[in-house]
Amino acid sequence: MQFIYKSWWKILAVTLVFYTMIAGFLLPVPTLPILHETIRNLYFHVPMWVGMLTVFVISVYYSIKYLNTGKEEYDLAAVECVNTGLLFFALGLITGMMWAKYTWGEYWSGDPKQNSAAIAFLLYCAYLVLRNSMDEEQKRAKISAIYNIFAFPIMLVLIFILPRLTDSLHPGNGGNPAFGKYDLATSMRVVLYPAFIGWSLMAIWIATIRYRIRLIENKKNAIN
Amino acid sequence: MDLLNQTKHLLKKEIILEWRSKYAFNGVLLYVVSTVFVCYMAFNLNPGFRESQGYPIVWNILFWIIILFAAVNAIAKSFLQESKGRLLYYYTIAGPHAIILSKIIYNILLMALLSVLALIIYSLFFKNPTDDNLYYFLSVLLGSISFSTVFTMISAIASKAGNNGTLMAILSFPVIIPVILVLIKMSKRAIDGLDRSFSYQDIGVLLAINLIVIVTSLLLFPFLWRD
Repeated sequence: MQFIYKSWWKILAVTLVFYTMIAGFLLPVPTLPILHETIRNLYFHVPMWVGMLTVFVISVYYSIKYLNTGKEEYDLAAVECVNTGLLFFALGLITGMMWAKYTWGEYWSGDPKQNSAAIAFLLYCAYLVLRNSMDEEQKRAKISAIYNIFAFPIMLVLIFILPRLTDSLHPGNGGNPAFGKYDLATSMRVVLYPAFIGWSLMAIWIATIRYRIRLIENKKNAIN
Repeated sequence: MDLLNQTKHLLKKEIILEWRSKYAFNGVLLYVVSTVFVCYMAFNLNPGFRESQGYPIVWNILFWIIILFAAVNAIAKSFLQESKGRLLYYYTIAGPHAIILSKIIYNILLMALLSVLALIIYSLFFKNPTDDNLYYFLSVLLGSISFSTVFTMISAIASKAGNNGTLMAILSFPVIIPVILVLIKMSKRAIDGLDRSFSYQDIGVLLAINLIVIVTSLLLFPFLWRD
């Protein structure tokens, strides 16, 4: 875990996020009917979900590691990754809702994608409630690790598979064109892909800071 | 071979235990009957409901809600009734895979029986508007299988975490919402008598969710069952 104490990737994260903010607002984008300038939301909405997915994957990785070794730090890493993931989840929902207001006409129009995302949010809130329902640390760590691994594939099905099968209005779902099919897609790729990396690193950074605070608290509360 | 043998014996034990007491079965059956009766009386307060246009929609959704809560009640018991001593005994004689598999199969059998009975009782009180009865029956069976697989794993987790009903509901509902939505969509097609090929995709989704849940249960239960 030496990686989290290095600073090069934090500098990279800040640089990339600043780059996407400036380039995302200034570089030309394809003008499409209905979408118009809201297409720039792609640079801010989709990276939130990528960041969320990154920390959730890391969280599942540490949950598996916890089940195999039983070290408490792995449990702390997993829970802090989920906490950070939920923050990005909320940001993804909010940016999506703002975009939906200008293109679909409502903040929440009951689109299958929105509903699935809301259900998946409940799934991870249940994880936090499950943790709080137990006092014994090792038992809590074990059971929440199991639930975390159980919830992850269901979250993937909910957010990325089910809406594709229904008549969702969300780009990329229900036969709507996705990002990859736009005409000038390449000009957007130069902003979007750095944004993915930048926000993912940002999410990891937040998670590592929370994890390190947890470690210090743990040390302070330990009985020697 | 060992796994199959153990699963078979554990399943037999579950069925015999249930056959002797008939507690879960009778309890849930009574639950279903009283819920249906309450709904029957409540809807009968509104004359003209049966002839109204929304009747098939309400009929379908109400049935699935009743089955959903019956399933929560029936399956929450599956790990609740295991005492600590009995779990210790299982630990010495069988593998974790055999235990979770036998529980899943037993719950599927129980839920299939219960939901078929529930469908019959429900049709007695509320006139059945279904066009394609065979397909509706199939969706009920698929529904009981999906409910059983999901709730078995969730009840195992909830039973380890202090075992209260709130936790069971919080943990299971996010998982079960997509399942029940697909089921309602599919059974509505059966009511309207649409062509069966429209539902193949839904059946595929349900089977895929079941497969994911069973595989993750098999992977995770070995970590869960020992304290």
